[in-house]
Amino acid sequence: MKATDIKDPEYFHKVVDCQYACPAHTPVPEYIRLIAAEKYTEAYMVNWESNVFPGVLGRTCDRPCEPACRRGRIEDEPVAICRLKRVAADNKGDVSAFIPKAPAQKNGKRVALIGGGPASLTVARDLAPLGYEIDLYDEQEMGGGMMRSQIPAFRLPEAVLNQEVGFILGMGITTHFKTYVSSMKTVLDKNYDAIFVGTGAPKGRDLSELEHRAAVNTQVHVGIQWLASVAFGHTTKIGKKVLVLGGGNTAMDCCRTARRLGGEDVKVVVRSPFSEMKASPWEIEDAQHEDIPFYNCHVPKSFVLENGRMKGMTFEIVSAVYDEHGRRSLKPTGEPDVFFEADDVLVAVGQENSFPWIERDLGIEFDKWELPILNKTTFQSTLPNVFFGGDAAMGPKNVITAVAQGHQAAISIDLFCVGAEVHQRPAPFTNLIHQKMGIHEWMYDSAVVDDERYKVPHADKKVALKDRKLEVELGFNLPVAFKEAQRCLNCDIQTVFTDSRCIECDACVDVCPTSCITFTEDGPEDELRTRLTAPANELSQDLYVSGILPTKRVMIKDENVCLHCGLCAERCPTAAWDMQKYLYNVTKAGAFKHA
Amino acid sequence: MSFIRPTFRHPDLPTNKIGYSRQDYEGALSTLCAGCGHDSVSGAIIQACFDMAIEPHRVAKLSGIGCSSKTPAYFLNNSHGFNSVHGRMPSVATGANLANRDLMYLGISGDGDSASIGMGQFVHAIRRNLNITYILMNNGCYGLTKGQDSATADVGSVNKSGHANQFSAIDMAGLALEMGATFVARSFSGDKHQLIPLIKAAMSHPGFALIDVVSPCVTFNNNPGSTKSYDYTRDHIETTAAMDYVPYQSEITAAYDEGNSVDVALHDGSFIQLHKLSPNWNPFDRHLAMNRVFEAKVKGEVLTGLIFIDQNHPDLHAMLDTVATPLNQLEQRNLVPGAGVLEGINAGWR
Repeated sequence: MKATDIKDPEYFHKVVDCQYACPAHTPVPEYIRLIAAEKYTEAYMVNWESNVFPGVLGRTCDRPCEPACRRGRIEDEPVAICRLKRVAADNKGDVSAFIPKAPAQKNGKRVALIGGGPASLTVARDLAPLGYEIDLYDEQEMGGGMMRSQIPAFRLPEAVLNQEVGFILGMGITTHFKTYVSSMKTVLDKNYDAIFVGTGAPKGRDLSELEHRAAVNTQVHVGIQWLASVAFGHTTKIGKKVLVLGGGNTAMDCCRTARRLGGEDVKVVVRSPFSEMKASPWEIEDAQHEDIPFYNCHVPKSFVLENGRMKGMTFEIVSAVYDEHGRRSLKPTGEPDVFFEADDVLVAVGQENSFPWIERDLGIEFDKWELPILNKTTFQSTLPNVFFGGDAAMGPKNVITAVAQGHQAAISIDLFCVGAEVHQRPAPFTNLIHQKMGIHEWMYDSAVVDDERYKVPHADKKVALKDRKLEVELGFNLPVAFKEAQRCLNCDIQTVFTDSRCIECDACVDVCPTSCITFTEDGPEDELRTRLTAPANELSQDLYVSGILPTKRVMIKDENVCLHCGLCAERCPTAAWDMQKYLYNVTKAGAFKHA
Repeated sequence: MSFIRPTFRHPDLPTNKIGYSRQDYEGALSTLCAGCGHDSVSGAIIQACFDMAIEPHRVAKLSGIGCSSKTPAYFLNNSHGFNSVHGRMPSVATGANLANRDLMYLGISGDGDSASIGMGQFVHAIRRNLNITYILMNNGCYGLTKGQDSATADVGSVNKSGHANQFSAIDMAGLALEMGATFVARSFSGDKHQLIPLIKAAMSHPGFALIDVVSPCVTFNNNPGSTKSYDYTRDHIETTAAMDYVPYQSEITAAYDEGNSVDVALHDGSFIQLHKLSPNWNPFDRHLAMNRVFEAKVKGEVLTGLIFIDQNHPDLHAMLDTVATPLNQLEQRNLVPGAGVLEGINAGWR
């Protein structure tokens, strides 16, 4: 194999599994160490720099980092990364001094942001400190977008959201709330230097094709609209018997909100089998904890009327059948249809982008799914001064993806406004620092603890179900947060190997607890993987290969289950192995001018 | 500050045929210097015992004093152990072996322990063909007392202080051949490919099996001018033959050129396959083996591999004609059979 080039910033980036999996590439181990050191403010700022909404995300993130966590490959559960982020947010001190301010002297460029959700706010956060004048338009009465309208307060307290939205709006953003932009042309006519569209995926799918749908309008509600109506206080009650249709996170939010608004018999009815539901496992768990049953493989068939009112719904029973490509289809089993009584039905079967307000003759082109045609790196549309981000760009995803796209769109807008090439992306900031302090002493806690993942305590169910604004999760207390933080394997502390120093004494091979290291004759990767000290079957994980050593062999380290415990470096007599901290930060807008 | 080995192991580690993983053969984390050759020898012992699916409680590991003699703490945590007086491991091992012939004996010693203070014990254990695998971790210096030359340091070998040794070196493999050892091998801690099959073969050998392992002292004797450094050993290494160990009841899969290879059947049904044989050498001929060892010494070669093997020489128990049951399992009625039996014996002499 070719010797590994550790100067390629992506090599060690990939070893930090959590950070690599995070769309915004937040330096996770870095802030977890700060939490362990009780430096909550610093931990918060490491997050804020990268993901803008640590308090929100510490409660609601989809956590792509956790399935990626290396700890999950050596034991049952990954580090509770998301909930540690919340610890940083909840225990931070006054951060106002660290939040960048907009300069008094503006740079003369004007940017319009359409939509006030996470993507737009991220663009504002990146561009305002550079001197851009920013106008933000949103139909709601406050900023936050779907974080406010769709995430219930019992998962995300308003105060947390208000603070983090406030940090950005406080940078001198001109806000135009309660302003529905109904025409892109009118915005273009205002001669902004750039326009960013972050309007999310605002259209909830309905079941318009079902029998009697039109007749039951007062009792059937589209999930995301209903959640927004609850969030803004327009809806305060629901019937005793509620059916929630759908198996995603919106359905989970709907059913749990319904329980708090008077729903006593709330059922979730899902087309797909339980194992294939789209909702995050922890959200399903929380719903089940609130006594909400799930009916899977039930396909909605019709609304049942009695005396002009809806009495309930019937469902067809199906089973999932897979073809040779693994594609699923739902086949009726022939069992009799099932009838569930219902006073109200919440439809949470997906949401879509919707751009009725963008005139199709402006040069902004759309594809056959009615999504804007964009460059996937720059987020620039076919009209060069119009950029998209978040759910509006590539369909519904999640907050952290919206933030990541917002950062990239901000870079593009900045490059575009200074007249630079938008495809010339700034390189990431990287840093590799030696960690040795003395014999057996490293600048990080190298010992690997055995603790299993700690559970986050919840508020008492009886109390929580009475108050839709009472936060259910209570967060880790500080002693438990410390213990959970110590479970982190510090995957950003890299094992760096220097060929020329190695005397091939085998000390590292003998001491490595997870048998990651092999000295052997070189060969092609797939063949090499079969003759390493331990099986190297995780193909997504790289092999770190040295140059040819004096005995004509190479050092091969399978990165897969390396504990980053530093024992190889401890036992290396010549410091051929060294533990070095790798910091990788995605470069934000503004780098171009200062470079 | 920490120096703790994590308890996690690779999740896909294989297990051997008695269901143990390599972890079950490990010991405590080594406190020897980083890069010590002895740690590699410990690693090779762990691997050999794992591969051979030895039940750890069937092994007794014994040692004397020195860096090498600390190593039994670093492998086979679940085996019996005895850390004896300096140089006296062979007599303790002899006693233990006589008391319980059912255990596998693994003696660990060093050049100080066996070539100086314990040399008398070493040669007498060989004479008696005590059934033991005797691993001698040979670094040519007294590492535990800061690196003075040992009795195996070659003439002219320069130690860390810059001093060249003037005294004639004892060649432990040559000495063992002279004393009538029935299994003599030499290896290098930095060559596990060779060391692991040698340990397996030695443990299968019914009698005294010496493996003299050049195991560099990374702190006091790994400098230029030393003849026991990693670099010197790699540059001067020669082998008697390449070697595979084929365990009992497994098929011999590799075929080698006839005329240049030998299969050695071991007592327990396992095999050693030797190929790429060195000239002037035959593993069954003590005389040729002694010549080859002497020749290597004159040429400054580090001759490694199996040097000599004699499967048919009786071990100590056979020579003493002891009972098949281990002595420690004999009951009162066997050991003191009573006046009637005595009468019978006495009558037999009349």
